[in-house]
Amino acid sequence: MISLTVNGKKYQVDAAPDSKLLWVLREQLGLTGTKFGCGEGMCGACTVLVDGKARRSCVTPVSAVKGKKVVTIEGLPESHPLKLAWIAEQVPQCGYCQPGQIMQAAALLNEHPKPTESEIDSAMSGCLCRCGTYQRVKIAINRAAGKGKKP
Amino acid sequence: MRYLSAGQDRYQPCCRKGEEAMSPKMSRREFLQHTLTGTGIAVAVTMTPLGFRVFSAADAAAGDFNPSVWLTIAPNETVTVLVAKSEMGQGVSTSLPMLVADELEANWESIKFVFAPADDKFRDPVWGTQATGGSTSIRHLYEPLRLAGAAAREMLIAAAAREWKVAADECVAANGLVRHKRKLKSLSFGQLTSLVAGIEPPAKPKLKSPQEFRLIGKAIPRLDVPEKVSGAAIFGLDVKVPGMLIAAVAHSPLIGASPASFNKGAALKIKGVRHVISLQKGVAVCADSFPAARKGVDSLKATWEGGDRTLDNASLYARFAKALNEPGIKAKEIGNTATAMSSAAKKLEATFSLPYLAHATMEPMNCTAHITASRCEVWAPTQNQTGVKALAEKISGLPADKVFVNTTYLGGGFGRRFETDVVEEALHLAKVTGKPVKVIWTREDDFRNDFYRPMNLSRVAASLDAQGKISGWEHKVVCPSIFARVFPDTMKFGVDQAAVEGVANLDYEVPNLDVNYVRIDTPVPVGFWRSVGSSHNAFVVETMMDELARLAGSDPVEFRLAHLGGNPNAYAVVKTASMKAGWGKPLAAGKGRGFAFHRSFDTNVAMVAEVEVDRKSGVIKVSRVVCAVDCGQVVNPDIVKSQIEGAVCFGLSAALNERVEIAKGGVVSGNFSNYDLLRMNEAPKIEVHLVKGQEKPGGIGEPGVPPIAPAVANAVFAATGVRFRELPLAPKTVLKALKKS
Repeated sequence: MISLTVNGKKYQVDAAPDSKLLWVLREQLGLTGTKFGCGEGMCGACTVLVDGKARRSCVTPVSAVKGKKVVTIEGLPESHPLKLAWIAEQVPQCGYCQPGQIMQAAALLNEHPKPTESEIDSAMSGCLCRCGTYQRVKIAINRAAGKGKKP
Repeated sequence: MRYLSAGQDRYQPCCRKGEEAMSPKMSRREFLQHTLTGTGIAVAVTMTPLGFRVFSAADAAAGDFNPSVWLTIAPNETVTVLVAKSEMGQGVSTSLPMLVADELEANWESIKFVFAPADDKFRDPVWGTQATGGSTSIRHLYEPLRLAGAAAREMLIAAAAREWKVAADECVAANGLVRHKRKLKSLSFGQLTSLVAGIEPPAKPKLKSPQEFRLIGKAIPRLDVPEKVSGAAIFGLDVKVPGMLIAAVAHSPLIGASPASFNKGAALKIKGVRHVISLQKGVAVCADSFPAARKGVDSLKATWEGGDRTLDNASLYARFAKALNEPGIKAKEIGNTATAMSSAAKKLEATFSLPYLAHATMEPMNCTAHITASRCEVWAPTQNQTGVKALAEKISGLPADKVFVNTTYLGGGFGRRFETDVVEEALHLAKVTGKPVKVIWTREDDFRNDFYRPMNLSRVAASLDAQGKISGWEHKVVCPSIFARVFPDTMKFGVDQAAVEGVANLDYEVPNLDVNYVRIDTPVPVGFWRSVGSSHNAFVVETMMDELARLAGSDPVEFRLAHLGGNPNAYAVVKTASMKAGWGKPLAAGKGRGFAFHRSFDTNVAMVAEVEVDRKSGVIKVSRVVCAVDCGQVVNPDIVKSQIEGAVCFGLSAALNERVEIAKGGVVSGNFSNYDLLRMNEAPKIEVHLVKGQEKPGGIGEPGVPPIAPAVANAVFAATGVRFRELPLAPKTVLKALKKS
């Protein structure tokens, strides 16, 4: 049994230590907002916060988050500036990558509350969006950071 | 038009109860019963050879109608629109309800949507099949959905008028209420649901004029966005059925191979593995969890038979190149190109090459299925409900009324989810195990078992007359056929319509045109990929136009305008894009602007791309893309803009990066490490300008893709003087060409 703290709640899960956090979240905790995209940490769809930092849950062993605070898309409050900005800017198309984009953006704002264009680019370029919502993702991050609508 | 049975205020996705009430086989007596006892209202519109009409009680009794569109109004005021198209990001779960709500005069806040089950009633009125593709959702449903809304509105007004004992034309519907024009009386739609019994459906509901639209044309926020932001949206991968097993599949690394041997015992020893089942194209491991299923697959040590180990990019190219010398089948002939060529002032011949491409939807292929002795249910992110249902009936052996198909949100479609290969796997496993099974493909499965955008080789010879206008255009397309496999009936004289689209119907005025199609069959499976044939033909035609403009000594935009004189809508789009982009204005040294125009799916799109080429690395940076779009009546301008923004990125990704690597008989590209997609740091600033021109609605999901690649390639020429007739414009390719120049 491994003990985990996810979205402020403590869980005991029956999983091998090398089990990837993504599948524990999705299959054992029922938190399906975190998505499977590539299994190699290449696309960012599985991004969650671990102690406030962005982590690719598809390559993170569950043992590595023991004693740490995991936050998934479901744990980010509905009133979070990023979620509100995402709705205001109508970012999602198919929507599949968006939880990962939002969690990555949350980590970015934790580190840089007023990110520059290049800080946004470098933080967000690990998150693929096949629908091509990048421009709106950028505008939404700036909006959430209180930097107005323009990218 | 008719009413639903009492108490049906909530649509059930599987339509079990509703299914009986809505069966086309309903008797007249049953129909009248529903009509009399209804507390809700449902509206359907049928497609007949003569056009659309609202169906009546008599039709229902005859049982020969085929309704395509539904809405329900519940006593609690909720208006539920059944969306018979798949939501894959293009916004149908908002734009289609907008069509209904506008004519209905509903209160938008009370609108909900549900995805329609797979059912004959929801077949596309034009295609006769329930599927999403070809940028047709608005084009095919613009009128039927509005008629459904208008018919319901007229019935609600008639019910109120009867209740108040006044003439119907003294009543008006607005914002979810019917009110009397003079008396201070009103009834809500919800209240009226109990008063509509016995009201005859209007034979010809009156549609609004565009000036009267209240919702259509407005940037209404999408209905699907809140749950896509909260993380609650259910995609295929998120489906949970009690007791379900998770399956992973060992697929052959070779195209066209099947399993020869595998170690079933080793897989069954893995904790959580329940079944190992051989499939036609692979071996499936069903387990309690996805990691367990994957461990099982890894321990199978499967061997394969079949396939062709000599298959690779180079051998495929050689086959295409050889086919380019075959005469092909005539797809279009206007005038006499030979005469035009012999009297030409100037001539140009060029060959173009485009690679196989993968769809790479962010949600990997998956499907959940459950088959029991009396029931088959499928949960799939699919673009092809009719295909899924047919497959489910075939594999389960159950009749249509025992088979239920639920469409989830699609994590990207782009044509890939029209195919039903993963659905077939899920159904087979559900049948063998008797348990609900969710099949999940890995990214590698997804890349290596795609139905790829066909590779394409094209040769064009064109002539200019003494005035610098195009006098002749000979175009040969070597391309595998998608339609021959998917819709063989549409092959006219052996021509695949997709392979020559945008060429056989060339938008430019060319007096002598000759288009030939050479079909080439290879073991590499091909399928629909966002914008299909236009994805390659626009590159060929628009690069050629740029080259011809320069040969004629003309400006590329002026040259296009000179060949679009008889097409004011196309002319306006070209003009708008060039003006908004500041075409002709000076740019910083090393930068270039490129232009492209293409009409596809009934929509005109023009683009100007601004690029900068790093001569040291060969990296092309596209900084700005200005788009002008005329898709006729716009339903939701913000969704239209987002579709174009997305299409620019999708097309740019292919133009700059994408190529499926085939070696030793299989697809090497397996993950984003060797098939990377456009990322945020490469995404340009995109401006979309909507142009009012044509009246009829055009498609919007795909038409933004074709122009971007040629716009960029033409901009690279403007910046460097180097012409590219091959995609992708990968840094290595660019560097090599720059060095040569």
